[in-house]
Amino acid sequence: MSAVLPEHPEFLWRNPDPRRSYEVVIVGGGGHGLATAYYLARNHGITNVAVLERGWLAGGNMARNTTIIRSNYLWDESAAIYEHALKQWEALPEELDYDFLFSQRGVLNLAHTPQDVREGVRRVNANQLNGVDAEWLNPDQVKEFCPIVDISPGVRYPVLGATLQPRAGIAKHDHVAWAFARTADEHGIDLIQDCEVTGFLRDGDKILGVQTTRGPIMADRIGLAAAGHTSVLAGLAGLRLPLQSHPLQALVSELLEPVHPCVVMSNHVHVYVSQAHKGELVMGAGVDPYNSYAQRGSVHVIERQMAAALELFPIFARAHVIRTWGGIVDVTPDASPIIGATPLANLFVNCGWGTGGFKATPASGWVYAHTLATGRAHPLNEPFALERFTTGALIDEHGAAAVAH
Amino acid sequence: MTAHRLPNGGRVDRAAPVRFTYDGKRYTGLRGDTLASALIANGVLEVAPSSYRGRPRGIVTAGVDEPNALVLVDGSLLPATTLELHDGLSATGRSGVGRLTDSTDSVRHDKRYVHCDVLVVGGGPAGLAAAQAAGRTGARTILADERTELGGTLLATKGFDLSWPGLAEFPETRVLSRTTAVGYYDQNYVVLAQRNTLWHVRAKRVVLATGAHERPLVFADNDRPGVMLASAVREYVNRYAVAPGQNVVLATTNDSAYQVALDLIAAGITVSAIVDSRPEPPAALVNQVGVEVITGSAVTGTEGRHRVSAVHIGPDRSIPCDLLAVSGGWNPAVHMFSQAQGRVRYEERIAAFVPDTCPQDLEVVGAANATYELAACLAEGAAAGARAAHLAGFGGGTAPELPPVPAESDSAHRPVWMVEGDETLQFIDLQRDSTVADIRRATGAGLRSVEHVKRYTTVGTGLDQGRTGGVPAIGVIAELLGASSPGEVGTTTYRPPYTPVSFALLAGRDRGELHDPIRRTAMHSWHVAHGAVFEDVGQWKRPHHYPRAGEDAQAAVLRECTAARTGLAMMDASTLGKIEVQGPDAGEFLNRMYTNAFAKLAIGSCRYGMLCRADGMVFDDGVVLRLAEDRYLTTTTTGNAAAVLDWFEEWQQTEWPELRVRFTSVTEQWATIAVVGPGSRAALTPLLPDLDLSAAAFGFMTFRDTVLCNGVPARVARVSFSGELAFEINVATWHGLSTWELVANTGATPYGTETMHVLRAEKGFVIVGQDTDGTVTPQDLGMDWIVSKRKDFVGRRSFSRPDTARPDRRQLVGLLPVDPDDLLPEGAQLVAGGVPLTPPVPMLGHVTSSYRSAALGRTFALALVAGGRDLIGRELLAPLGNRVITATVTEPIFYDPEGTRRDG
Amino acid sequence: MLLIPCPWCGDRDETEFHYGGQAHVAYPQSPDALSDAQWAEYLFVRDNPKGEFAERWCHNAGCRRWFNLVRDTATHQIVVQR
Ligand SMILES: Cc1cc2nc3c(=O)[nH]c(=O)nc-3n(C[C@H](O)[C@H](O)[C@H](O)COP(=O)(O)OP(=O)(O)OC[C@H]3O[C@@H](n4cnc5c(N)ncnc54)[C@H](O)[C@@H]3O)c2cc1C
Ligand SMILES: [Zn+2]
Repeated sequence: MSAVLPEHPEFLWRNPDPRRSYEVVIVGGGGHGLATAYYLARNHGITNVAVLERGWLAGGNMARNTTIIRSNYLWDESAAIYEHALKQWEALPEELDYDFLFSQRGVLNLAHTPQDVREGVRRVNANQLNGVDAEWLNPDQVKEFCPIVDISPGVRYPVLGATLQPRAGIAKHDHVAWAFARTADEHGIDLIQDCEVTGFLRDGDKILGVQTTRGPIMADRIGLAAAGHTSVLAGLAGLRLPLQSHPLQALVSELLEPVHPCVVMSNHVHVYVSQAHKGELVMGAGVDPYNSYAQRGSVHVIERQMAAALELFPIFARAHVIRTWGGIVDVTPDASPIIGATPLANLFVNCGWGTGGFKATPASGWVYAHTLATGRAHPLNEPFALERFTTGALIDEHGAAAVAH
Repeated sequence: MTAHRLPNGGRVDRAAPVRFTYDGKRYTGLRGDTLASALIANGVLEVAPSSYRGRPRGIVTAGVDEPNALVLVDGSLLPATTLELHDGLSATGRSGVGRLTDSTDSVRHDKRYVHCDVLVVGGGPAGLAAAQAAGRTGARTILADERTELGGTLLATKGFDLSWPGLAEFPETRVLSRTTAVGYYDQNYVVLAQRNTLWHVRAKRVVLATGAHERPLVFADNDRPGVMLASAVREYVNRYAVAPGQNVVLATTNDSAYQVALDLIAAGITVSAIVDSRPEPPAALVNQVGVEVITGSAVTGTEGRHRVSAVHIGPDRSIPCDLLAVSGGWNPAVHMFSQAQGRVRYEERIAAFVPDTCPQDLEVVGAANATYELAACLAEGAAAGARAAHLAGFGGGTAPELPPVPAESDSAHRPVWMVEGDETLQFIDLQRDSTVADIRRATGAGLRSVEHVKRYTTVGTGLDQGRTGGVPAIGVIAELLGASSPGEVGTTTYRPPYTPVSFALLAGRDRGELHDPIRRTAMHSWHVAHGAVFEDVGQWKRPHHYPRAGEDAQAAVLRECTAARTGLAMMDASTLGKIEVQGPDAGEFLNRMYTNAFAKLAIGSCRYGMLCRADGMVFDDGVVLRLAEDRYLTTTTTGNAAAVLDWFEEWQQTEWPELRVRFTSVTEQWATIAVVGPGSRAALTPLLPDLDLSAAAFGFMTFRDTVLCNGVPARVARVSFSGELAFEINVATWHGLSTWELVANTGATPYGTETMHVLRAEKGFVIVGQDTDGTVTPQDLGMDWIVSKRKDFVGRRSFSRPDTARPDRRQLVGLLPVDPDDLLPEGAQLVAGGVPLTPPVPMLGHVTSSYRSAALGRTFALALVAGGRDLIGRELLAPLGNRVITATVTEPIFYDPEGTRRDG
Repeated sequence: MLLIPCPWCGDRDETEFHYGGQAHVAYPQSPDALSDAQWAEYLFVRDNPKGEFAERWCHNAGCRRWFNLVRDTATHQIVVQR
């Protein structure tokens, strides 16, 4: 018989109607919006909060991502926030009393060229000094950690080594969102679905509230957490942000007996794969190049990704793709998020997580709640302010270590 | 014949027995069987138990939707209901979970790319009519159908002449059977899976005739073996001539089951009763079947152990049977339509989601469009086929004559979403073992969206992706939430692929050597013959070093370096990108692109140049030769050749179209040999009889066009990436190997990329992409001298931004480990002395390049260090886990800083 | 797989093209005259509408020419060719 998922709670959330005003309104009920709501209550005692979601809760990228969690980012600013998230992940199943299948099975980033090796070693060293667990593995150690990886020198791009973060892994995305949502709801926070924000109520450069498909809602502070749709929302307020929305595709196979014990990512051949709890292989590709909100991409991207997967894992040849899908990711010029104030008073943004924001969900909520509660950045999100594009102080995660998932 | 094989009829070849094994037992079927029909012929209806609850399960369908009868064949998990029987087939029943094995797959998978005017998906009556109507106009028509034979439901319809469309007569019409349309993408791009071939079809018009899927009914113990879709029962009887049961009860919500009853009766099978949800089913049908019709009723449960033995209709009535055929209504197969961005709407009369509008150039016909009567299907298909061809430029748009068919009825349906009974046994998704109770739990938890319920219960996430259970689940949700209709709840999104597609098929031949093109230089065979160890640089294979017998990489590189610094060495530099830049404005163009100036470069001279992105970060570098007043040859790094060409073209075309300049990649036209070392002049003198190689006559950073001693024209440049006297010989690619051999015969030591890297690092020359990472400016590299103050160029404005102007940016410096034998790992992080090594440790930078130097007799490195130029002379630490290397910061130049060696 | 109309070669598959993002963003006449914020706007900020978007493509694997078109980012339909 197959692996059974843990039972969900008997009760998740109320379905309240929106009130006329709140202390804080969060636009977007994805993982980041829900986590923000939770931490507003937990860390700041603010519960007069609404999360407005135009569709169903966590139905955007939160429902579509490949659930990789890791914190082995290169730059100090990134490592700090992602490692904060990873420590939160380690405590959250208990704190939220929800088994969301957080599995610290280790993430390998494969190196296929001498330049990949240099970058991998550089990252491992930086991680260790930043207190992030990281190891460099040679090909034999890669094979030992993940026996199905083809390390033979004959393949087109042989495996020359890998970085390993043992504490990294995966979690079940929907369950994570529901865990935050349930607890936020318990705190009395209103999670309002089918409620699309269609405009802003303002007084000059001051934002007073939002216009929605369920009527106007006033708020002292408003935080956007709309991922791929942030530009559209910001546009309603007359703001232009350094974001481009692209499709990012992923897929799953049928259920399979366990073959793949960890998470493997390869930047060079563009593939990342894990085997989820039930047994399906979950895999993602690189972004489709064009701007899009259509939540789907082009088939050659999937084909290319399958070819790459078989280069690394010949054993996957007879697995089947049973579903492909796309999400819309909000990509910044430096592949790092933007979290903080905007030129408009009372309006804040948390966006630009692009292809890799799932892993950051708890920390994103933590620092955004701080920002919304106090009106000021938390030290962890200070470097991720919008101003960095003017000063040039980018946190260039693709320039340096190109894997952002 | 077995008892279960009917004595006559069917589309199986009774003269062709086929032997197979299932779960280790041997059986015989007939050619034309699927594994499922052959099992039924052998009296096997029960298959592997359910995945999660271990309940007995049987074959339910006759097609792609099968939730239970999954088998493992050669490591592939497949539905027995679509698996064509063949001799020697060996299948193992599986409870929905595959098992990958490491056997090498010898099957070759291919892709085909075709264009057509009209693509018809589905070869049932509507699709056949469409294909005929389109094909006869001469339009390039493709008809794809997933089954082994065309006909769709007609295959299970007795007495219909399937040769009627005569498609074979149309030369421009191609019929693809065993071919499933799996993906519908933008601008009518449809992907078809045909066994080991994946077709990519770009169609001007598409006609979707994908049929409809029968829905099961939901009641307690509806998962017991012997509960089967009515249409499947009909297909087994009529198409395969097998009897899944001898005593059948039919349960239905619509007219279609009556035809099934008639066919069963005709085949000599007993039909005990028809349970119809409608209080008043059409009298004509009731009279025609002549069996008891229990109206306004529904099945509420079944009995039996491993097989249905009776059905319950409410608490009071029980009817014995060995097969329960169910028809819970029909779902038009809108998957392809939805993938094409079509919207569906809920149609009350037939209780189904039907196609509404779609932005793509397609039409939906037949059962896929909820048109269920045969005559209407044919007419709709023919009209759509003719229209599609016409819109694609063929024919007048009128539909052809159609064969006469008997009238059928399709009166209103009455869906039954929920009945009394134990909800924990009312299965919605057989593969996921999820029930009405699970859905009730989900809605009780506060879930309103079908997507949430799907995720809470896992309904619809199995191999069939909700094709059977999806709509019943929506019906149950609607009832539990008190919605006015399932239409208010809506569907989940249909995503490609329509049916599972193997990884291998998607990958095609894009594997191994063909995964990415391998680029080899003209001299590659020589490198192989001389034992080179290669590295991948972009798509190129470049010799990394040439070990001699008994030598490891380190020894080989030290030897190669020594040869270059003290004698004579040679390297294949052909992979460097080369772009000819031509036109009267070529100089002006290069001035705008490069940080330094090229417009005034003398003809016959070379100059090193650097390119930045608009953000001021180093993008590429290389030497530029001025060939003529209006002609330059720029070189790029190996990995960036294509990117630089793109970059030039983009700026010229989109920003400065007024500049008269054009670009041509000539990378592959030239083979390039760097001849390096103090011995190079003497060695080359006999090879270059027409050239005076003396420093006075042939100055550094100039080039000459000449002819080699063997008559081969060559361009020789005095450039040096090692600091040594060096000549770079460029010849046409086809002379590359012979010229290389000519030079090799002088006794030059071949060296690879690693030696090249060591030699340049000793001189402090950077490698873009190794010593830079997209966050480094020319100033960071200490190369202010290459940044013109007198002209604008791409990226210049960025240097004065607050962050790029910071004095404490990471800057390129040299490092000398205090222990001259310690080799700093490339990628080592650097910290100031005295800081505690407990995380987080503030890092100053990292080692970008690090080598053992033969010339220096020690190790050395290059690094990017914050405020590094101010730290020269100071010591930094490289903590490496269990040890720490101490190194002194130096100028990033280690060898011959005065540049005395380049002239020999 | 988008079908992209190259003005010179006709309709071709997306795989032959290189995407160039928003169209009509000119390199500033005199970069030095811009404030850091204005320069940053040029470097990093592009429109990102849901709906019609004037964008640039280059027919890399064909004529290698850049051109503009208007595509709907919500439906992927190509609206006009300019
Ligand atoms: C295919 C794919 C794979 C990925 N893989 C990984 C991975 O392995 N690891 C990782 O760390 N990250 C991954 N990501 C990225 C990650 O999913 C996102 O960065 C993250 O989920 C974004 O935050 P979110 O959950 O809040 O976004 P979302 O879930 O997208 O939430 C935004 C919400 O805002 C709502 N919204 C938008 N506009 C409005 C409006 N006007 N009014 C009201 N509501 C609105 C949306 O409906 C949506 O629910 C992946 C993404 C994709 C698409
Ligand atoms: Zn073209």
